[in-house]
Amino acid sequence: MSADSSTSKETVNPTVDGSELIRFDKVTKRFGSHVVLDELDFSVASGKHVTLIGPSGSGKTTILRLLMTLMKPEEGTIKVGGEYLTHETKNGKLVPASEKYTREVRKNIGMVFQQFNLFPNMKVLRNITEAPVQVLGLSKDEAEQRARELLELVGLTEHIDKYPSQLSGGQQQRVAIARALAMRPQVLLLDEVTSALDPELVAGVLDVLRDIAHTTDITMLCVTHEMNFARDISDQVLMFDSGRVIEAGTPEKIFTEPEHERTREFLSAVL
Amino acid sequence: MNWDWSNVEDFMPHFWDGLLVTLQALAWGTLIAFSLGLLWAIAQRSDQVWIRWPVTAITEFIRNTPLLVQLFFLFTVVPEFGPTMSPLTTGIVGLGLHYSTYTAEVYRAGIEGVPVGQWEAATALSLPKRRTWTAIILPQAIRRVIPALGNYVVSMLKDSPQIAAIGALDMLGEAKGFTQATFTYEAISIVGIAFIVIAYPASVLLRVLERRLVR
Ligand SMILES: Nc1ncnc2c1ncn2[C@@H]1O[C@H](COP(=O)(O)OP(=O)(O)OP(=O)(O)O)[C@@H](O)[C@H]1O
Ligand SMILES: [Mg+2]
Repeated sequence: MSADSSTSKETVNPTVDGSELIRFDKVTKRFGSHVVLDELDFSVASGKHVTLIGPSGSGKTTILRLLMTLMKPEEGTIKVGGEYLTHETKNGKLVPASEKYTREVRKNIGMVFQQFNLFPNMKVLRNITEAPVQVLGLSKDEAEQRARELLELVGLTEHIDKYPSQLSGGQQQRVAIARALAMRPQVLLLDEVTSALDPELVAGVLDVLRDIAHTTDITMLCVTHEMNFARDISDQVLMFDSGRVIEAGTPEKIFTEPEHERTREFLSAVL
Repeated sequence: MNWDWSNVEDFMPHFWDGLLVTLQALAWGTLIAFSLGLLWAIAQRSDQVWIRWPVTAITEFIRNTPLLVQLFFLFTVVPEFGPTMSPLTTGIVGLGLHYSTYTAEVYRAGIEGVPVGQWEAATALSLPKRRTWTAIILPQAIRRVIPALGNYVVSMLKDSPQIAAIGALDMLGEAKGFTQATFTYEAISIVGIAFIVIAYPASVLLRVLERRLVR
């Protein structure tokens, strides 16, 4: 995809070719009087890996949480796979979506959290099979088969019968990745998935994600401070500041010749 | 005063009757308190105000009025417009209802203690609300609060003699009757010991559970 985003002065809308999987349309998110996202427009094309960077508090997590419907926008609309996420059309009118409708659209989205959030009362296998069985209606056998394949992918086959508390942080996070993938989502949201890990465990998790990025056609929307990783997997990097995309481009361009002053400042601080 | 075994012998048939009432009240009362309390706790987290508000009001009211008043109310007022229940059944319902308002608070704390990340992970997996409660939230919440719930079983045991006021003679009720009729002290001693014999293993069990479950 071409990364030379057409630059209006105010916002940068990354241009998107082919099928557009995620679209934010004038999305505003406020907490009280604090405006976190201000009429944000951006989109992600199907199959692309997009990394969000930007200073703390710029709204990166907020974007992922809006997509996961863990919070609602005050204004604007979000579409996933052409369907509204938080709205639905009834009699030609756009109305707030019902819980049931939202759950349907949300099935296309998977998320891995900074704190893993595995279910501590379930063994590794059950953590992975629970949703495929309950939500997708897979049989227990099918779900377990899928779980085994995914555990192999993340290199944890021998831990299938353990409880999360018996695993290291890095292993837990890899289970969490497998759990998200078991739903076969079109989009995987990753919010600083290695920042709660001890340094020596980071590489293992990033390797797994690299593998997934290079061998599957899943769309990824990723927030990370691991710039090398971002460079490896991203088709596009979006630089956020104060809830706006201020610069967008290929990793080569953003990391080596950023145009925007804020991007340069930010990168020199983190690199 | 000398210990007179013939008094013991005379009292024992009454003791067994009373013990049976006490144990029934405790077992059924616990069952009601544990399940109804859970229902209150979940209802209080409903997103419907018309469920949340009445449940909060009713449980607050019950928790803050004496058990004895509730027992008399159930025994005298309810039959006027509802079913007539035996003294024991009324006592069980009263104990269970009263203690359910305490266990509701315990469950509530347990539910609030489950990290918000668990709810978020369930949402991210599109798990339905009901399944999230039964498979994820409650197993974690309940495990945490079993010791606290157990404390209320011991409290309920100690409160169970109050049902004698509406005519369900528990072991203390039986002993009181016997003592007042004979001016002897053996019956009341036996019952005192019986309370310890029931309560002590329960507290030991609780300590064990506490060590094993709360980590
Ligand atoms: N639940 C909330 N209530 C109030 N304010 C919030 C809430 N969540 C986020 N915010 C605020 O919104 C702003 C954006 O937060 P967000 O977590 O999206 O930033 P971020 O870009 O992910 O930052 P970081 O790099 O530190 O994770 C911050 O100023 C934050 O304080
Ligand atoms: Mg964040």
